[in-house]
Amino acid sequence: MSVTLDKVSREVNGVSWIRDVSLTLERGTLSVLLGPTLSGKTSIMRLLAGLDKPTSGRILVDDKDVTGFDVRKRSVAMVYQQFINYPTLSVYENIASPLRVQGVARDEIETRVRDAAKLLKLEPYLHRTPLQLSGGQQQRTAIARALVKGADLVLLDEPLANLDYKLREELRTELPRIFEESGAIFVYATTEPSEALLLGGRTICMGEGRVLQVGATPQVYRRPDTMEVAEVFSDPPLNTVGIEKKNGSIFYSGGERASVAGLYESLSDGAYKVGFRAHQLEVAAASPGRHAFVTTVSVTEITGSESFVHLKRDGYNWVAVLPGIHEFLPGQELDAVLDPNDLFIFDQTGRLVAAPAAR
Amino acid sequence: MDKTINNKAWFLVLPVFLIVAFSAILPLMTVVNYSVQDTFGNNQFFWNGVGWFKELLDPSTDLGDRFLASLGRNLLFSAIILAIEVPLGILVALSMPREGWRVAACLVILALPLLIPWNVVGTIWQIFGRPDIGLLGYTLNKLGLNYNYVSNSLDAWATIIVMDVWHWTSLVALLCYAGLKSIPDAYYQAAQIDGASRWAVFTAIQLPKMKRVLLIAVLLRFMDSFMIYTEPFVVTGGGPGNSTTFVSIELVKIALGQFDLGKAAALSIVYNLIILIVCWVFYTVMTNADNERAQTTGGA
Amino acid sequence: MARIDLVDLAHSYGGDAADRASYALKPMTMTWRQGGAYALLGPSGCGKTTLLNIISGIVTPSHGKVLFDGTDITRSTTRERNIAQVFQFPVIYDTMTVGENLAFPLKNRGLPRNEIATRVAEIAKLLDLTPYVNRKAVRLTADAKQKISLGRGLVRSDVAAVLFDEPLTVIDPHLKWELRSKLKALHQALDLTMIYVTHDQTEALTFADTVVVMHDGSVVQSGTPEELFAKPAHTFVGYFIGSPGMNIVPAQVKGNEAKIDGHTIRLNRTYDSLPLGAKIEIGVRPEFVHVAPPAPGLLSAQIERIDDLGRVRFARVRIGDAKIAARVPNGFSIPDKTAGLVFDPAHVHVYADSLLVEGRV
Repeated sequence: MSVTLDKVSREVNGVSWIRDVSLTLERGTLSVLLGPTLSGKTSIMRLLAGLDKPTSGRILVDDKDVTGFDVRKRSVAMVYQQFINYPTLSVYENIASPLRVQGVARDEIETRVRDAAKLLKLEPYLHRTPLQLSGGQQQRTAIARALVKGADLVLLDEPLANLDYKLREELRTELPRIFEESGAIFVYATTEPSEALLLGGRTICMGEGRVLQVGATPQVYRRPDTMEVAEVFSDPPLNTVGIEKKNGSIFYSGGERASVAGLYESLSDGAYKVGFRAHQLEVAAASPGRHAFVTTVSVTEITGSESFVHLKRDGYNWVAVLPGIHEFLPGQELDAVLDPNDLFIFDQTGRLVAAPAAR
Repeated sequence: MDKTINNKAWFLVLPVFLIVAFSAILPLMTVVNYSVQDTFGNNQFFWNGVGWFKELLDPSTDLGDRFLASLGRNLLFSAIILAIEVPLGILVALSMPREGWRVAACLVILALPLLIPWNVVGTIWQIFGRPDIGLLGYTLNKLGLNYNYVSNSLDAWATIIVMDVWHWTSLVALLCYAGLKSIPDAYYQAAQIDGASRWAVFTAIQLPKMKRVLLIAVLLRFMDSFMIYTEPFVVTGGGPGNSTTFVSIELVKIALGQFDLGKAAALSIVYNLIILIVCWVFYTVMTNADNERAQTTGGA
Repeated sequence: MARIDLVDLAHSYGGDAADRASYALKPMTMTWRQGGAYALLGPSGCGKTTLLNIISGIVTPSHGKVLFDGTDITRSTTRERNIAQVFQFPVIYDTMTVGENLAFPLKNRGLPRNEIATRVAEIAKLLDLTPYVNRKAVRLTADAKQKISLGRGLVRSDVAAVLFDEPLTVIDPHLKWELRSKLKALHQALDLTMIYVTHDQTEALTFADTVVVMHDGSVVQSGTPEELFAKPAHTFVGYFIGSPGMNIVPAQVKGNEAKIDGHTIRLNRTYDSLPLGAKIEIGVRPEFVHVAPPAPGLLSAQIERIDDLGRVRFARVRIGDAKIAARVPNGFSIPDKTAGLVFDPAHVHVYADSLLVEGRV
């Protein structure tokens, strides 16, 4: 079973929410809609679900045009950011509700509800009501209810965003297993690149209502087609700096001059934008083969496992990540180096010109 | 958000549509028709065009004089009761307990005046104010004040104003109470931390947060008081003389007293238009205030 | 600026008679030094907000005392304590401009006009609010409004402590780090006692000198970020701090060896007398467990999945019933489903009934 969006656009009151999107989703796949807030992720999900109608374009299920079909006619289930459960029903009843609506036999309901509860570790809580559960458990109930329906298309709209840090982490590691076991088409919307990387599957990178890039998640991560995609798919934010290649040297905006090496060698003379992720910037003294910079520390964010150092340089804000706990003080000067083999180079229009070789 | 389009839904609306057409739209069209004719019923119509409307707005004519005078009385009445009921309602809302069993008791007591049929309210005060058998009238006269709402226009005005305040302040109080309850505790805590005085808490936090609710309360009270008929009519009948004759009472006099249907129809249309315009103004102000609020908080 | 002492502090919403286990805040005694930056870190329902409310005066504790600079303020009102609080959502006075908001607390104290103006200008500059001083406060973005909330607290020069109750909740993710860096810079510039409540370990570890980890109403461990990371005193701390959290695996420990699923690993310390009947576990952070090709001397594990986070890879492996997360070194390609695990003995800890056991060196 496959779902296709064919040149779909959606405009409301003159504001364009989705522009000319064409996508195909195959059975048993997980697609991650990755993009900042208001990039169109929720709009696309609502179109897939049948809650909204596109202003132009068609939506096809197995090559059948379902554009005009109401959501009740489509085989779809949805999980929201706010844990939405029936407050007066027990967890068991909540999960069973779509099956009761479908008129499924009692014993089958029992089996399917218990299976879903087992998958989502809700067995000890089946008799409780949602308000007696923690946030994480409530969201698991919502996910169980979506899965038990056996819908062909399951949509999850930033389902972990309202959970505590640790709960988010926990649930995130369980989701891939849950998705694999189900076999439906999964579409998962998120603003966090790390979630996309953890879930795997395919990433559909979105920006301002358009699809920027589609591909296997590691692929989109390692080879972003444009600087916009690289920016969307980086957390902490992508570090950028402008360069000019001239007379056999690389001139960084801000003054540093470095020799042409690594990925710079393949470039023709001219101005470019260089992007690099936090782990591609090393906090270390200058060494041969590396391009060195002098930066000032704004703040160090510590997560325990890693430290994110926010740096200022020539009006640019950069972030570097180091393993372990490091306490650099605001105002401190730090040396940072770049490996010319390990960066993304974009031309003036933002298209990718050079990227690190695949490992 | 789109609403799903369901054409079958129109059929469900049809019966309501027919009933409304029958009981409201057709009679309205009749009134419009009458307003451009000169008639006393009896199926005799003489075309008058915009004649009545011109007369209504001309104080030198009898119709115009009566209309404009009663309109003035309505405006004065609405202004006075708003000036009393809004601050009083706010005060009552502020004094009400926020939690516990007392809340329910207060709400019930406040709701009682609102539940009484309006002509009964009028009758209560009519008897209450009588100098011979009314508790209020008797007491006031015994205290030396010469109180008689039948012969003294000032007394008549005072009586219907007090009656309206007694009847409707609860509505303002309940609306304001709802507005107050929606203020998160954090605001009061912050005010405590900032060392704010009781008055500062009122002006800086409570009043601004009640703005929306107050607008609704003012709108409702203005509309109701502007259309008022039953209560003052039962108490004073429009007298003494015509000192408490409001537009609604005037209208009934012309329509049912004099059977001058053309004039009455024209008057009722103009009356209706004034109310619609005022409501529209309020509504626009309210939705603008809402839009402003939505823009600044930005959904956070 | 004040030193805060909690003396045998406990709180039960149900009143005195309730049994100990249901207390929202179990008895605790702590001292927070003047000028320190403290974070109360824990999951929802651990009691951190209750503790903050007791310090700010919103809640009066059912047991124990709170002292500011030695003075018992347990029964004092919020106003008397002279604290400042920033709430989860911005609390500003709608009808006033930014400048008037900042001036409000000083006006209520009756300070002269020019003094108020100077102080407001100072604080506005500190918070980068100077360009907005004459704008209506309600029109600003959420992060600017939180700064105004904070500014109202800072504008009083004798404020005892500044309390933060999950203040970044409504801030856009890409602005959070800016506000975090501002808070940290402010703390260093002003030397104020600051107490920050959160469930987000990044916020806590970035902001605080001392992190107080709470769980189920008790303080589980209190220490610097390094201490909490390197030597968690409780398995909960090991799990809660670090992303991913510490691996906790049941094991048999004897002398300086631990046995997991029949395999032995060496420990840095010797553990002679572990309590009998206690649940013995070893804890080791994923950063200190490496995946390697299977080899006879190494613990063998089944690889369930590899999480590729771009800058680092973690392998989720299984030893018997136990699940462990381990780092995958760069350039290491996973041949097949089995791998060997290398443990760094310096970072393997032993826990009995969830509490850290200090071994003999």
